[in-house]
Amino acid sequence: MASNDTPAAPGFMGWLNKRLPVQQFVREQLLEYYAPKNFNVWYFFGSLALVVLVMQLFTGIFLTMFYKVGDTSAFDSVEYIMREVDYGWLIRYLHSTGASAFFVVIYLHMYRALMYGSYKTPRELLWLFGMFIYLALMAEAFMGYVLPWGNMSYWAAQVIINLFSTIPVVGPSLVEWIRGDYGVADATVDRFFALHVVAIPLILLLLVALHLVALRQVGSNNPDGIEIKEKRGADGRPIDGIPFHPYYTVKDVVGIGVFLTVFAIVAFFVPTLGGLFLEEANFEPANPLSTPEPIAPSWYFTPYYAILRAVPNQRLGALLLLIAVLAFFFLPWLDRSPVKSVRYRGLLFKFFLGLFTVSFLTLMYLGMKPATGAYVTAARLAAAGYFAFFLLMPWYSRADRTKPVPERVRFHA
Amino acid sequence: MTDAVATGDDTNEVDQGRRKFLTIATTATAAVGAVFTISPFVASWEPSERARALGAPVSVDLSKLELGQMVTYVWRRQPIYIFKRSPEMVQSLAAHDNRLKDPKSKESDQPAYAKNESRARRPDIAVLIATCTHLGCLPKQRFDKGDAQLGTDWPGGFLCPCHGSRFDLAGRVFDGSPASVNLRIPPYSFPTPTTLLIGQDETSAKGEA
Repeated sequence: MASNDTPAAPGFMGWLNKRLPVQQFVREQLLEYYAPKNFNVWYFFGSLALVVLVMQLFTGIFLTMFYKVGDTSAFDSVEYIMREVDYGWLIRYLHSTGASAFFVVIYLHMYRALMYGSYKTPRELLWLFGMFIYLALMAEAFMGYVLPWGNMSYWAAQVIINLFSTIPVVGPSLVEWIRGDYGVADATVDRFFALHVVAIPLILLLLVALHLVALRQVGSNNPDGIEIKEKRGADGRPIDGIPFHPYYTVKDVVGIGVFLTVFAIVAFFVPTLGGLFLEEANFEPANPLSTPEPIAPSWYFTPYYAILRAVPNQRLGALLLLIAVLAFFFLPWLDRSPVKSVRYRGLLFKFFLGLFTVSFLTLMYLGMKPATGAYVTAARLAAAGYFAFFLLMPWYSRADRTKPVPERVRFHA
Repeated sequence: MTDAVATGDDTNEVDQGRRKFLTIATTATAAVGAVFTISPFVASWEPSERARALGAPVSVDLSKLELGQMVTYVWRRQPIYIFKRSPEMVQSLAAHDNRLKDPKSKESDQPAYAKNESRARRPDIAVLIATCTHLGCLPKQRFDKGDAQLGTDWPGGFLCPCHGSRFDLAGRVFDGSPASVNLRIPPYSFPTPTTLLIGQDETSAKGEA
């Protein structure tokens, strides 16, 4: 099993493998790692998330070479990047488009897990690591959004940091501690820069490594939600598994090609995407005496923002926002169904998954609209649908009439 | 590998109790040390000496303030609304208590001398911290009665553009707003009848500003 069994190859590779298990790693992680053969299009997003992560790190490193942190220099340095650094506009747009692309990919990746029950036993920890990545990503995106020090940056920081003031007793002093001043100020943008550029990327990389190690331990789920490890051939290999390399590496390259095409179209032709990816109010400098109207967070936060605004009590609103995010963590234990994949679940689960989908997208839309009249009523209904998916899951996942699960994976539902 | 370790009395028995005690004692000492080590890093995030110095009281000249006029000053990076209320404005404050969340300012944050009908030391001068108690946006001035957007029964006050919280001319929050408490009021005093000092009153005069 270990590399000692294989006779040492001559030459440089032999020398190297004796000192670093390159060959062993490639064999165990790529050539002899068997993934289910029935992956569909939903299985592109994991590898795409890695691609976006690398892109963000790369473009981010270049942005730090030109960006000047500080409340008097940050905005000007971003304009400098946009107007005077050769291809600075491109590097920045790649980074800002990358942030949105990250969330598109991660949301689809998470939705795949909801459909095919990928969070269920034995993949609870894999799911939890993924959720921590999602949390770290939210923090990373928020702090990155503050750095250009535009007016929307300033007010986003103001609103989001003030969420902590709703914590009883320690709230107000905690807010002062986070900001490092009596208001959002130079101290705030300085520390956000350190966190955005060093601390959180390190945490993200660690979490991604743990996510991948956990994935290799339990193996990928698949659209049928059955364990391929349970059906092994005479050679001990899963009958329904195919080696990750070359089969899925090549498949992923196709996915990456399609993704990069769409990505390039956005980055080159519509980098602001009509205010969705970059908001207009952020093209003017931070002004503590003028709140931009209307104020809305980036699209990937709007579902939670809509929930926050739908509640006529600030503490309860902040609490519901927190629960809305954290609810995902409990999915492995809320779901009592004997089957994983939506293909073999009954109408009840399909109804609630549909309800969740509609509610989430509705909240996303409403979070960009003003919080008045019918919009608030709609947001309350959608929030109810959102929470029903989680809170009623122990009931409907058990009461559901599931279909028999096949012995072997299939290519079509 | 065995756990055998030579002890004082020359047997091969391991004193598990002693080992456990030492392990726990070492871990506990390290944990206490870790807390002490991390504390300077945590403290570094507090407002710096410079930020605290810049948070000194702000003086406002009231002699040129007209009735119904509002000025905005910045104290401790928080915008402060200062406006002069006409006697009618002050009178109108009593008319809509039933539509307010906290008409008597019991749950709200203000100095003791501003916990009254007009939420002020002097009924004619209103001093409010202009950050919405919901999530810190800047409520906009909507002093006209019966504002087109806010309805015919609108008595005049403030509307927050972010999440739609509404406040009256004393900064008291209306029912149906996401904010739960009235606008905060900073400590302030009037060294002369036409001078307002934000950030300093009798209780803070000797202590920290």
